[in-house]
Amino acid sequence: MIEANLRVTIGDIIFKNPVLTASGTFGYAKEFAPYVNLHHLGGVVVKGISLEPRRGNPPPRIVETAGGMLNAIGLENVGLDRFITEKMPYLRGIGTKVIVNILGDSLEEYQTLAQHLSEIEGISALEVNISCPNVKKGGVAFGTDPAMAEAVTQAVCAHSSLPVIVKLSPNVTDIAQIAKAVEAGGAQAVSLINTLLGMAIDVKSRRPRLANIVGGLSGPAIKPIALRMVWQVAQAVKIPVIGIGGITTTEDALEFLLAGATAIEVGTANFVNPRVSQEIVEGLVRYVTENKLDGISEVIGGLIVD
Amino acid sequence: MNQCEERAEIVRQEQLTAEIFRLTLKAPQIASNARPGQFVMVQTSPCYDPLLRRPLSIHQTIGNEQVQLLYKVVGKGTRILAALTPGQKLNLTGPLGHGFDLAGKQAICLVGGGMGIAPLYFLAREILRATTPPKCIVLLGARTASELGSLPRDFMDIGATETHIATDDGSRGHHGFVAELLPQHLGPDHQWTVCTCGPHPMMKGVVSQCRAQDWECQVSLETMMACGIAACLGCAIPRADLSGPYLHVCKDGPVFRAEEVAWL
Repeated sequence: MIEANLRVTIGDIIFKNPVLTASGTFGYAKEFAPYVNLHHLGGVVVKGISLEPRRGNPPPRIVETAGGMLNAIGLENVGLDRFITEKMPYLRGIGTKVIVNILGDSLEEYQTLAQHLSEIEGISALEVNISCPNVKKGGVAFGTDPAMAEAVTQAVCAHSSLPVIVKLSPNVTDIAQIAKAVEAGGAQAVSLINTLLGMAIDVKSRRPRLANIVGGLSGPAIKPIALRMVWQVAQAVKIPVIGIGGITTTEDALEFLLAGATAIEVGTANFVNPRVSQEIVEGLVRYVTENKLDGISEVIGGLIVD
Repeated sequence: MNQCEERAEIVRQEQLTAEIFRLTLKAPQIASNARPGQFVMVQTSPCYDPLLRRPLSIHQTIGNEQVQLLYKVVGKGTRILAALTPGQKLNLTGPLGHGFDLAGKQAICLVGGGMGIAPLYFLAREILRATTPPKCIVLLGARTASELGSLPRDFMDIGATETHIATDDGSRGHHGFVAELLPQHLGPDHQWTVCTCGPHPMMKGVVSQCRAQDWECQVSLETMMACGIAACLGCAIPRADLSGPYLHVCKDGPVFRAEEVAWL
């Protein structure tokens, strides 16, 4: 690869480039080893981990929609213990930053996860999924209430020595308000957006296409919404923003950087083209070289509004 | 792990029936590693419309160079496939999943319904290629004769002389479901292994007969699938006892022992 300065900094972490892979779309990285030189990536955000293994939702779990897909996987994962013993040994050797996405249904679960993972070697940061329902608060998602979002952020930060990134749900009226709340709670960065709640119906059977009835929409279809939210949040907070939502090409990634994102995560596009994350890194190298930039950081927040 | 991404050049596109097509592609890496029952993920549109790749089982490999896919035009993705012409390129990932396992089997019956016939041809060829091939009976089912086209002939041509047909409307062979042919053709003098692929109700019928007769049964399953490489976890199916973690068709399958999965 041609030398180009793609380095970006989030909190104390220096990423070799701003291209990360989104949680739940890249497995535990090994799945993509036949397709991607993992060490070329800026980082990998692994499939969300809960304290205990989760079975996930019954099938059907996914449905294709125009320019996107709906999923209701239900956070199926191997749980903390198996993650540490079975997945971490491989992840330590992939030559890029490993960010562990965590999820829970109580503050205590988030705290315990944060505490345990802080003691594990080879993890660069935690990404906190706050789109989960808080069982003790009537199932309202942590991420839809500013006070609860702040509380869960504080809980994780207090029990972790790792930098904490909070992943925001777009299913809120004012995402900037939630972003400010998690910034106040001590988050080193925010990542957004998680999937948008959606639905599809089979008109022949008159039944929902997902067993869970509703699911999260992702893919190119959501990119304009994600970009708008990243731009709004980048203006509202001082901490770095990681852009997620329908990123499929180098140009998509550049749009998010211009809107104010310091890094980006590639999600659903990994399913469509397993090499896409590496191709976006290569695309950014070309962009920096062709435009004779000192580095990709020149692009960040470079949106011109007349 | 032998899976890879390959930009495969189209060698031949054949229309077998009104809706069924056979596509031959030059994909040497996939061809040289593929086993019967494995599948590829096909990117039908480089413009992401439709967005997701389509899982298609491998119909056969030709030499170490070519991969053949048999598919029915059912929607946007397969319509795009059907319009492709020789010389054009198609992006494939594969070979994916686990295929059939017939090592040491003495008497094998392949039961295919509709497009489920596709992987069984690859399997039949592999079985009959042996110096002393095991006994092999092929049962093919479809709604009508026109849906089968020349497929039964293809099986006969590779030496599957005991190929029998059933159609729902009686337009060819047995008038009824293909599963009904099993007791007729599978005698008590062999310990049968049945391999089946097709619509769920058909396979369910085959599985229940195998269970009753104590025949071993391997099933190739199809589900919605986004990635094909165990990242999306969209292709979950319940285990036989309906508890424990779900199985994933892309990684644990697509071929399963019938008793591993739930037949709901």
